[in-house]
Amino acid sequence: MGTPGEGLGRCSHALIRGVPESLASGEGAGAGLPTLDLAKAQREHGVLGGKLRQRLGLQLLELPPEESLPLGPLLGDIAVIQGDTALITRPWSPARRPEVDGVRKALQDLGLRIVEMGDESATLDGTDVLFTGREFFVGLSKWTNHRGAEFVADTFRDFAVSTVPVSGPSHLRSLCGMGGPRTVVAGSSEAAQKAVRAMAMLTDHPYASLTLPDDAAADCLFLRPGLPGVPPFLLHRGGGDLPNSQEALQKLSDVTLVPVSCSELEKAGAGLSSLCLVLSTRPHS
Amino acid sequence: MTTEVDSASEVKKESDQLGADTAKENPKETAENQQNQSSEPSPMAESQSSPRRRQKREKDSSEGRGISRFIPPWLKKQKSYNLVVAKDGGDKKEPSDAVVEEQILDKEESLPEEERQAKGDAEETAQRKQQEIKVAVKEERPSVSSAETQPVEVKKERNEEKVKEIAEDKSEEAAKRETKEVQTNELKAEKISQKTIKKTKTVQCKVILLDGTEYSCDLEKRAKGQVLFDKVCEHLNLLEKDYFGLLFQESSEQKNWLDSAKEIKRQLRNLPWLFTFNVKFYPPDPSQLTEDITRYFLCLQLRQDIASGRLPCSFVTHALLGSYTLQAELGDYDPEEHGDNDLSDFQFSPTQTKELEEKVIELHKTHRGLSPAQADSQFLENAKRLSMYGVDLHHAKDSEGVDIKLGVCANGLLIYKDRLRINRFAWPKILKISYKRSNFYIKVRPAELDQFESTIGFKLPSHRAAKRLWKVCVEHHTFYRLVSPEQPPKAKFLTLGSKFRYSGRTQAQTRQASTLIDRPAPHFERTSSKRASRTLDGDTVGVVDESLMKDRPGPGGQVSAYGPGVVSIAIIQDGDGRRDARIPTKGPQVQLIEGKKSTLRVEGDNIYVRHSNLMLEDLDKAQEDILKHQASISELKRNFMESTPEPRPNEWEKRRITPLSLQTHGRKGDHLFKDVLSMKEKYLMASSRTVEEKAQEADKKRAPESEGPYTGASDAVKSSHETLNIVEEKKQAEVGKDERVIPEEMNGKEISPGSGPGETRKVEPLTQKDSTSLSSESSSSSSESEDEDVGEYRPHHHVTEGTIKEEQEEYEKEVDEEPGQAAKVVEREETVPEASLVKQAGASVTTVDTVIQENVVTLKIPAEKSINEGVVKQDMREETEDEQHKVNGEVSHVDIDVLPQIICCSEPPVVKTEMVTISDASQRTEISTKEVPIVQTETKTITYESPQIDGGAGGDSGTLLTAQTITSESVSTTTTTHITKTVKGGISETRIEKRIVISGDADIDHDEALAQAIREAREQHPDMSVTRVVVHKETKMEEGDE
Repeated sequence: MGTPGEGLGRCSHALIRGVPESLASGEGAGAGLPTLDLAKAQREHGVLGGKLRQRLGLQLLELPPEESLPLGPLLGDIAVIQGDTALITRPWSPARRPEVDGVRKALQDLGLRIVEMGDESATLDGTDVLFTGREFFVGLSKWTNHRGAEFVADTFRDFAVSTVPVSGPSHLRSLCGMGGPRTVVAGSSEAAQKAVRAMAMLTDHPYASLTLPDDAAADCLFLRPGLPGVPPFLLHRGGGDLPNSQEALQKLSDVTLVPVSCSELEKAGAGLSSLCLVLSTRPHS
Repeated sequence: MTTEVDSASEVKKESDQLGADTAKENPKETAENQQNQSSEPSPMAESQSSPRRRQKREKDSSEGRGISRFIPPWLKKQKSYNLVVAKDGGDKKEPSDAVVEEQILDKEESLPEEERQAKGDAEETAQRKQQEIKVAVKEERPSVSSAETQPVEVKKERNEEKVKEIAEDKSEEAAKRETKEVQTNELKAEKISQKTIKKTKTVQCKVILLDGTEYSCDLEKRAKGQVLFDKVCEHLNLLEKDYFGLLFQESSEQKNWLDSAKEIKRQLRNLPWLFTFNVKFYPPDPSQLTEDITRYFLCLQLRQDIASGRLPCSFVTHALLGSYTLQAELGDYDPEEHGDNDLSDFQFSPTQTKELEEKVIELHKTHRGLSPAQADSQFLENAKRLSMYGVDLHHAKDSEGVDIKLGVCANGLLIYKDRLRINRFAWPKILKISYKRSNFYIKVRPAELDQFESTIGFKLPSHRAAKRLWKVCVEHHTFYRLVSPEQPPKAKFLTLGSKFRYSGRTQAQTRQASTLIDRPAPHFERTSSKRASRTLDGDTVGVVDESLMKDRPGPGGQVSAYGPGVVSIAIIQDGDGRRDARIPTKGPQVQLIEGKKSTLRVEGDNIYVRHSNLMLEDLDKAQEDILKHQASISELKRNFMESTPEPRPNEWEKRRITPLSLQTHGRKGDHLFKDVLSMKEKYLMASSRTVEEKAQEADKKRAPESEGPYTGASDAVKSSHETLNIVEEKKQAEVGKDERVIPEEMNGKEISPGSGPGETRKVEPLTQKDSTSLSSESSSSSSESEDEDVGEYRPHHHVTEGTIKEEQEEYEKEVDEEPGQAAKVVEREETVPEASLVKQAGASVTTVDTVIQENVVTLKIPAEKSINEGVVKQDMREETEDEQHKVNGEVSHVDIDVLPQIICCSEPPVVKTEMVTISDASQRTEISTKEVPIVQTETKTITYESPQIDGGAGGDSGTLLTAQTITSESVSTTTTTHITKTVKGGISETRIEKRIVISGDADIDHDEALAQAIREAREQHPDMSVTRVVVHKETKMEEGDE
């Protein structure tokens, strides 16, 4: 189990999935989404992969895009990983459920223990799950229901799993994230602040909280690739995307800020937490 | 025996019926009826009493005395049948040990009665002889009048399950007291009587220890939980024992913690004397435990928890913890020895797989070099992080009927739905914890943006489950959150709830005590029962011959292997643990800085309350108010003065204030009641105490004034822990006033209902003023009225005595201002019924007196001083005020106008009896004490009445809706509550009369007791005002002292 909080962000691998053309066409699950610049989206995605591999030193696995799965790149919704265990979710959108197959296989190959959600009544989007290093919060949103949250609790039994009501169309992770082992960052929207208050009430642990002007800026990734002598990284939305939040992010000390951009992918509902899965193949070492 | 018992039971039934009948009648009839009721029972009592006396006398020589002394007279009355029981006691001796248990079971119920009898006997004896016991209250035969409600109440009590408990308490208390004096007597008696007795009184207890072995020992039948627990700990050589406790299985689904302060027998009822030794409070940081042996037991508990699934964890964690278990018990991994071992002896998880075992072995290999103690530590370091570590789950339903679980832990209360945490209430957020019947309530502080506290209710499977949860909460809060335990509410006047408080040491205290542990690390063998066989084979595990076992240090207990194959025993030798090291600090004395900050409190702590939620809400309503209140008492006064129909807040204050009348008298002393011993309060509040003269004097010095509601409310008063609580409530209440006033009026009605299960409360918030009728909710059930039905607990901070004094001073200041308020309070009161009571005077008064006789009240003292002058009667309020000032000597009261009080002092011809009656001019009641005090008894009676504005005074008898009588007993206090609901003129009034009989030693601080009683009354019935307080103090004079 390691020291509480120490496990947060521990990672050796990152998993991403390419952007299919169908994402820009508004097909499938993407129906209703605004059209986006496919090339720009793919470029952003490529940059993200590069940063993960080169800047953070992670082993990057990239699943090939599938045209039948326009939202395939958002594989953060498809699995919840902690330690050596991966919970394969059951996304709210039926159209996205086929996405799990490729992800499951990749994770299995990485040696993770795979847990499936067998319940037909359960829905869970991975980006509704926030792991703080000490506990889980699961947003009860449009996308995730109580039964789905239960699977998180059943899967990660060492940890408290609390439910946080999330109003509106957002996922919990699009409202808040971890800026450090003891620091919760959150957007300034009403929904984000409400979620943070709920979390503060539910937790047994003290967290500092940092409020950012943009909700999207709170969708950051605290990563600790485990390189000796290197402080942990915070993968976050850069100034190009969210200029207003950069100053606030500077307040996070002890982390190396790694800005990336995904403004185009964001149009499809993507965020940093949904565009990649990070894991450690030796979580307990 | 059986037959005897039966007879006794029959008697009970009869009495019960009577009680019920009377109760029924009450509703119909008016206050007058009450008198009748009271009178009715009495005859029976007398009739019964006569036979009793004979018997008693016979018995007197024996044990009975000591106990009897403590028992209130009225109890005695009831128990004419008790005699039979008592005899049983004698019989008990005869039965062989084998039989003992069963008998005991049978007797359990009867026991209380026996005790009572004994008490009764004792009383008589006491009268005859003046025994050493100062407290002896009983002497005065319960006059008929005194019988009043009591008999009824008593009967009801019996009916109630809780009654038993109460009885237990009494008996226990009595037992305690006696222990010192009486025990000696008993011992003698026993010796004299027969040796057989001993046999009868011992019961064999079995305790399953954490390693699966069984410890058995013989206990005295009446032994308290602490005795057994100490024996077990001694056997285990465990010093840091405060984290542990004994469980007994009440039902297949419910286990209860053995209360160390109560007799085992009474807790078990008919259950076998079989316990399990378990961790009760999981140390949040096991590394802070001082001894490895303590950690070892914690490990054993956790292994059980894990294996049973109570402590869920992931596969990896199961494996990791399992590997540490192996390391601790088997040492370094040895391929030859362990390589092909079958780990099925170990249970690493609820569902153990081969995969898991392999993983365990794999991890075990990595622990090479870890000592057993280190392995245990590692085990704990990992286990403590599990989310369910130390969480005590209770099944419940939320307000919508959804199944949830309530988890009580070190930090507060967790709410789970399935496995998901859906809510959490940290202790600091909880203002009150209460239960009523099968409902469990918490009142939480308002959220940041919210203005009002909210009360959240949960439905437990049963009343007992609710009570159990409540108790667990109280204990956890106290253990983890307080520096020292709260003093158990000694005297609860208007309180109908459980008096339960955690009496053990808090974590802070036990940690401190642990630092004093100075002994070489005790040697002990780590063996789990499951692998016992193995242990025997391969390892050093302790041998378990019973012969050996016997030799072991275990205090007289025998260890026997428990369970089939299990042989290994982990016995800790080294018997010498130094118990000295653990010097239990007296909780109360511990100073908490926090306590002083009354303001802080507002935010901060919790309150365990025992009322209905509604009640609680009212009380709490305004933290803000409280603050304000403190700040502007004067304003309050004005309000009262103005008689502005301010909503409840006023009432709240009034209630609080009500005591003022007392205060006024008491003010001279200006002392707050430090000790709340026992007080009787009648509806309004009549408390009488018998105290030694010395005590009285002391009391006098301590002005009862401190009581002032405000006082309590005001920060200053925190002196006693309880006091603190009260204070909080008061504050809150005050806060509520201004702001909530309007809402409260609206709400007020509703609020009241909740009060005790047994209690019927009508909130008449401004009844007089607004004349708004509040809907009164009556909690049903006289039958349910059991004390325990309702429990409230308010977490607080403790205050240091020093602090207290300071506060007191402050308090005094406030008090001055308060009077006005008090006056108002009085006005609002529902006086009508009371008036009737008063008028009925002779009889009723007497009753009071009677009650009082036993009680020792400090209040008297102040009264005496002030009152000694003579009887002051004033018709005019104004005059009254003046007089009050005079009487009280208080100058500051400016606002007082409202309440006219009449003070009557009369000295009974016989012996020393002083009665002071303060009442409205209209109602003036002169209380004549016709009772002839028993020789050498000093009786003082003080009556405080608030003028009844409405004039309903006795005259208006509305329609009687309901009448209930509830009786609760504590060690030194017997509280009888009579609740009457009346509707008159469209206004419903609820009148609650509380009679509190406090019997105690000189040491009792009567003032405080009274103060507390009043406070409690206010707390419990925030919406009500105290109309009348009668204190009757009876003191036995030592011969020659006169």
